[in-house]
Amino acid sequence: MVPSDLKAEQFAGYPPEARKLAVAHLAALQQLPLSFAPSLLREVIDYDYKFPAECGAIDKELANLSSLTSSQMKEWFQAFSQFSLSEKLQSFDWINQPGQFVEQLSAYLWTTHQLDGFRKAATDYGDRLRSVTTPEPLPVRRLGIAVIGQGVSSYNSPLFRNLRKHGTYFDKVKPDDGLEQLLAGAAARAKTHPVPYGHWYVDGGQGVSHSQLLTYVSYQALEPVRASLLKNIHAEIERPGMGPEELRTHLARITPSELGMDQAGDAVLDRFQVRLFTEGSGTQIFSTTFAQWTAREALRRAQPLTLLVRFAPRQQQKPMNELLSASHNEAELDPIGSLVDADMCAYYHWINQQRLPGAEESSFLVWFEGHSQALAVSPSLPRGAQSSSTKDLGELLALAVS
Amino acid sequence: MSASPFVRGIAAAQKRKVIVITFGGGARDQETFAPEGQENIPHMMKELIPQASFFTQVMNQGILGHYVATASLATGVYETLNNFSAVPPDHPTVFEYFRKDLKRPASDAWVVAPSNGFNRIGESDARSYGAGMGARVVLPKHLLTAAMSGSTTDYDHLLHDNYENPLSTPQLAGGEFELQQLEMILKLSVDDFKAHALTVSSPDELSMYIVRRLMQQESPSLLWITMHDIDIAHAGAYSLYVDAIRRTDRLCAELWKAVQSEPEYAGNTTMFILPDFGRDADEDAGGNGFQHHRTGDTASRTTWMMALGAGVKEGVVYDRPMQSIDLVPTLGAMMGFSAAQSQGLPVTELA
Repeated sequence: MVPSDLKAEQFAGYPPEARKLAVAHLAALQQLPLSFAPSLLREVIDYDYKFPAECGAIDKELANLSSLTSSQMKEWFQAFSQFSLSEKLQSFDWINQPGQFVEQLSAYLWTTHQLDGFRKAATDYGDRLRSVTTPEPLPVRRLGIAVIGQGVSSYNSPLFRNLRKHGTYFDKVKPDDGLEQLLAGAAARAKTHPVPYGHWYVDGGQGVSHSQLLTYVSYQALEPVRASLLKNIHAEIERPGMGPEELRTHLARITPSELGMDQAGDAVLDRFQVRLFTEGSGTQIFSTTFAQWTAREALRRAQPLTLLVRFAPRQQQKPMNELLSASHNEAELDPIGSLVDADMCAYYHWINQQRLPGAEESSFLVWFEGHSQALAVSPSLPRGAQSSSTKDLGELLALAVS
Repeated sequence: MSASPFVRGIAAAQKRKVIVITFGGGARDQETFAPEGQENIPHMMKELIPQASFFTQVMNQGILGHYVATASLATGVYETLNNFSAVPPDHPTVFEYFRKDLKRPASDAWVVAPSNGFNRIGESDARSYGAGMGARVVLPKHLLTAAMSGSTTDYDHLLHDNYENPLSTPQLAGGEFELQQLEMILKLSVDDFKAHALTVSSPDELSMYIVRRLMQQESPSLLWITMHDIDIAHAGAYSLYVDAIRRTDRLCAELWKAVQSEPEYAGNTTMFILPDFGRDADEDAGGNGFQHHRTGDTASRTTWMMALGAGVKEGVVYDRPMQSIDLVPTLGAMMGFSAAQSQGLPVTELA
């Protein structure tokens, strides 16, 4: 089966909006090479459960493809047409299982030493697509906030080392009510610029009181989901014939209701949260990893205008001798290790934010919770600088977005 | 009457020992030898580098999974086997070349490796080589699992097979070093092995304990150690990744000290230390920074190699590019065997 043989009825298994979209752009899909089409369908098939920003991006990409003439289409996808694919891939049901196809394609490209070429073709395509699609102007400059170091009483090593060259380091911040001030700032932005899934609060532990205008994800609130998933995984890996690929396929199909989530909930957000656990690596074990991956995926997919991520202490990785000892108790927490993790996660938060439209105007603030150290990156603040001004977190936030 | 120079030459060649450590699984330059990473490797920086020839650009152009990449290191060919299955490499391993060409016994080539997936790395499926021609393979975690069977302790987390795919463990398919051989070969009772396991903090430390026993009891001429604590990075905790790099740095230095203290090894051993590959760059949108090695970007493909000891110039840095598959033909040139099917080239600065 090759894309040129695609027919409208073959999308019967797609959810309604996805099916409508695929059929509307069938002529364009038919002209795509097999090395590319399933990657696009992987996005299309989940259209009904995607964030508005993702739907907008898919709409624009398909509209662009449909606007190309046949010769332009050949020229755009010439590089992708060069890759040789196995018969197994060609006979795969890539229409209904595009995600699994892409996984197998990736493995095949690695083994046939075609990955580097594919990587270049994909990067070139992404750059070209960006050059012909104009991003919508943002209603407000994007803002990222990372709150790290919860539960750490003192830490003497330098923080924010990766970010210092990009912003101003503040060493005399007034920490009182800092978290409340930051959440209030996020809520105020949500009220002034109401955008669906536009303003987020992610907590790696137990969340604190916050505005209902914020899209909220919490590691602790998802504990029943996490426990249910781990139970599901353990049951699956006991089954005969269950290997890594089969398990990934199984995980990709798990729905929120299978993990006990309320069917009356937010279908888009619930699926997003399930995928944090089924697609993320380490998110099921460490809360710091969960918070970082949530930030990454929220930025990549929902493209929020405001994203506040608060890291909590993760469980300790016990040394081998303690694990072997029969006397060990419940997992203890590792606040210092979590601070080091979160410091790096804050850097990744900023990097991922900088990949989005409006990066040159965006702001970022990271604060060592309960302490006087913070760093702000903003077009209005000098880079690689240090300030000893005594501001509280509300004032610092205002300065960062000014 | 003293032996002729020819006889002495053969004797010297037979005494020559080589130890290869893969600094794994996967470490980036920025957490190791780049200026900002050097604080994580104080032992290599202060103790080993001054004695070493150091190669700053080792490229891995193959598949970036730990088993397949380590198999490629061991064959000198970019292997394409399934990274998550315990299958033998397609091409002859360095152990087979070594044993066949130099007519060495099985006891002279050993591999100590972290997970079940590495069980078949000792010998290939290649015609004219293969069965019975390779290295003995010890899997310390597998041994510990066997030793602890029946225990009520929850140590699954520790003993899970690998970090790349922590939910799955490949089945062993024969040839493994069994528990009863601990006593026969390593002169180590199961109880002593378990007791020692209770004193070490990580699987790599346990591996190093087995290595020390092998050096004392078998004194193999070709000893290959695959470390993997660093691969905890897949869990996404940066502090644990860096802690593992520091631990691996210490273990490498401790092993080099042990080499100097073992009569069979002191003065006639060349030791190689190299990661199997790097990890993804922070800036690559296709990855998630240090956590994985999936993008195939420059940071994940570029790493380093250190050689020190017998026949190696001290304190020299080479910036010219080399490939990870160059290791096997280099070992062949040093030890006197032909890596006939390897696709790499001998590193002339060492060979």
